[in-house]
Amino acid sequence: MSFHPKMAYGATFHKSSRQLEDEGPAFVYTPENRARFDEIVKRYPPEQRRSAVLPALYLAQYQQGYVTANAIRHVAELLGITRADVEDVVSYYTMFYTRPVGKFVINVCRTLSCAINGAERVTEELCGKLGITPGQTDPSGTFTLMEVECLGACDRAPAVMVNDAWHECLTPENAAKLVDDLRARGEAALSGCHHVIETRRAQGSGRAEG
Amino acid sequence: MAYEPVLTKYVREPNSFTLDFYLQHGGYDALKTALGRKPEEIIDLVKASGLRGRGGAGFPTGMKWQFVDKKVEPRYIVCNADESEPGTFKDHLLMERNPHLLVEGCAIGCYAIGAKVAYIYIRGEFFHVQGVLEKAIDDAYAKGYLGKNIFGSGFDCDVFVHRGAGAYEAGEETALLESLEGKRAQPRNKPPFPALVGVYGKPTAVNNVETLCNVPSIVSKGAEWYAGLGPEKNGGPKLYCVSGHVKKPGVFEASMNITLRELIEGHAGGVREGRTLKAVIPGGSSVPILLPDQLDTQASFDGIQKAGSLLGSAAIVVLDDTTCMVWLAENLLHFYRHESCGKCTPCREGTDWLHKILQRIERGEGQMRDLDLLASVSGNIAGKTLCAFGDAAVTPVLTTLKHFRHEYEAHVKEGRCTLPAPWRARHPVGAHS
Repeated sequence: MSFHPKMAYGATFHKSSRQLEDEGPAFVYTPENRARFDEIVKRYPPEQRRSAVLPALYLAQYQQGYVTANAIRHVAELLGITRADVEDVVSYYTMFYTRPVGKFVINVCRTLSCAINGAERVTEELCGKLGITPGQTDPSGTFTLMEVECLGACDRAPAVMVNDAWHECLTPENAAKLVDDLRARGEAALSGCHHVIETRRAQGSGRAEG
Repeated sequence: MAYEPVLTKYVREPNSFTLDFYLQHGGYDALKTALGRKPEEIIDLVKASGLRGRGGAGFPTGMKWQFVDKKVEPRYIVCNADESEPGTFKDHLLMERNPHLLVEGCAIGCYAIGAKVAYIYIRGEFFHVQGVLEKAIDDAYAKGYLGKNIFGSGFDCDVFVHRGAGAYEAGEETALLESLEGKRAQPRNKPPFPALVGVYGKPTAVNNVETLCNVPSIVSKGAEWYAGLGPEKNGGPKLYCVSGHVKKPGVFEASMNITLRELIEGHAGGVREGRTLKAVIPGGSSVPILLPDQLDTQASFDGIQKAGSLLGSAAIVVLDDTTCMVWLAENLLHFYRHESCGKCTPCREGTDWLHKILQRIERGEGQMRDLDLLASVSGNIAGKTLCAFGDAAVTPVLTTLKHFRHEYEAHVKEGRCTLPAPWRARHPVGAHS
């Protein structure tokens, strides 16, 4: 029996969005990343190397743009855990990508405080400008658009995170312009976090520490 | 007498995050004082101050530290900087503008429970904050405030930052420990509590950023001063995050004598021109809403609880009369459905059902019996999960049904959303996919 007259049979069954990871090209850390990995592992007790799995995966993702099956194998070997252990983590945390993403990943915060300040409209404007829907990458491979849950920037809503940097108070009217600015000036087009902006303003010059 | 900020006094100063600035304003004096006393004395002091955890539950910190099993080595302090509760952004301010306060708090905490290592678990989205925090830690090592034999006392302490990767559930203390161990952020069964079996199976105190930031001032100014800052059992400074439909959203520090009205109408400038207040979420998305006639409630742990809600993480989200309450529940259940860790069936499946039903009602395709169904599904989640996530997830549904049932009924009767605000998506498909 279907649950509701307007609902197709099976419409609510849990569907896994899990994708098999790309094999990808052969993967080893660059010497710099390997050195950083060795530093990071020292933070944890020697028998608890597994703790370094998140930082290790970040290193892999920064090196290659996304996490491939080969990267997972490499991380697993270095940490002395199974590939399944690493894949378990990769598939759980939202900040790891298992498919190639654009040069700029635009994450629009969609949770309450941002939403009541126009985040849904921001997403719509960005979709229109880029010709894609959330979760997709534009044909040029420059932009990936995502909707994410609360970023913790509720006082400067709507907030977006582009790669690892923040852009605050993005109104629907300015959304399309942000895309053009990113194309022209890269991450320098982003406002950053307002605490940093205030520091920069107070010091009168240069980019603030951090 | 005007309230003088303790935690955020200097955050607007340009160099507030530097070690030099911190030292000029008495930085690390509290650590020095603490190291001159016995660890048990520090725990007793924190107990006497009545400091309650600022992460959401409001559990007395001194008790937590006392429960840590002192017979087992090593022990750990884990600082919960996974600030993810929708509406919360106070720890972000502290870590970015006053990072040494947290470092000092971690060191004192380690000394009190006899730990040598503190991990600060920071959410992945706070990448720009992480840089500031790591610089502060490096500077503290360089000056000997961290590392071996601090102040010649023989006490060693290491502080490390551990970056999360996007999981709300990692804010739950046992899930955070799992994540720190390199696994999925899924909660553990309790008991045993982390004080006995924590990270790596060792005794651990998990404390919120703001909680640890309160410790240095307790050590330097005393428990009596601290307790005297607020009403009974709600002492000390408190950071409030006000966001939503207000003129001046932001973080405001006050004693817990303050009322919601003073925070919203005073500090945050009130609701925007031509609008009226519809409801207030006083402690993050996981707590029941309060109505405009409850604005004079004291914004303390006990005051808000008496009014029928919870202070939680003190994330006050203000909603004006353009907000459709069915939409609000749907928005938040999208959040909970997405963030449910999947460990307990009632929560994993139930949040998905709740979201689907709410989406249906919001689209105007709901039936009257769906309202009872919402309550029924909620009742089958709450209290039936390992962690408090389940109870949190059903709260937006139950609280809007309780106070705004007429809006749900109007959606069903009219077959459409009865309050489509201009700030909402024009084409729901894109925003709700």
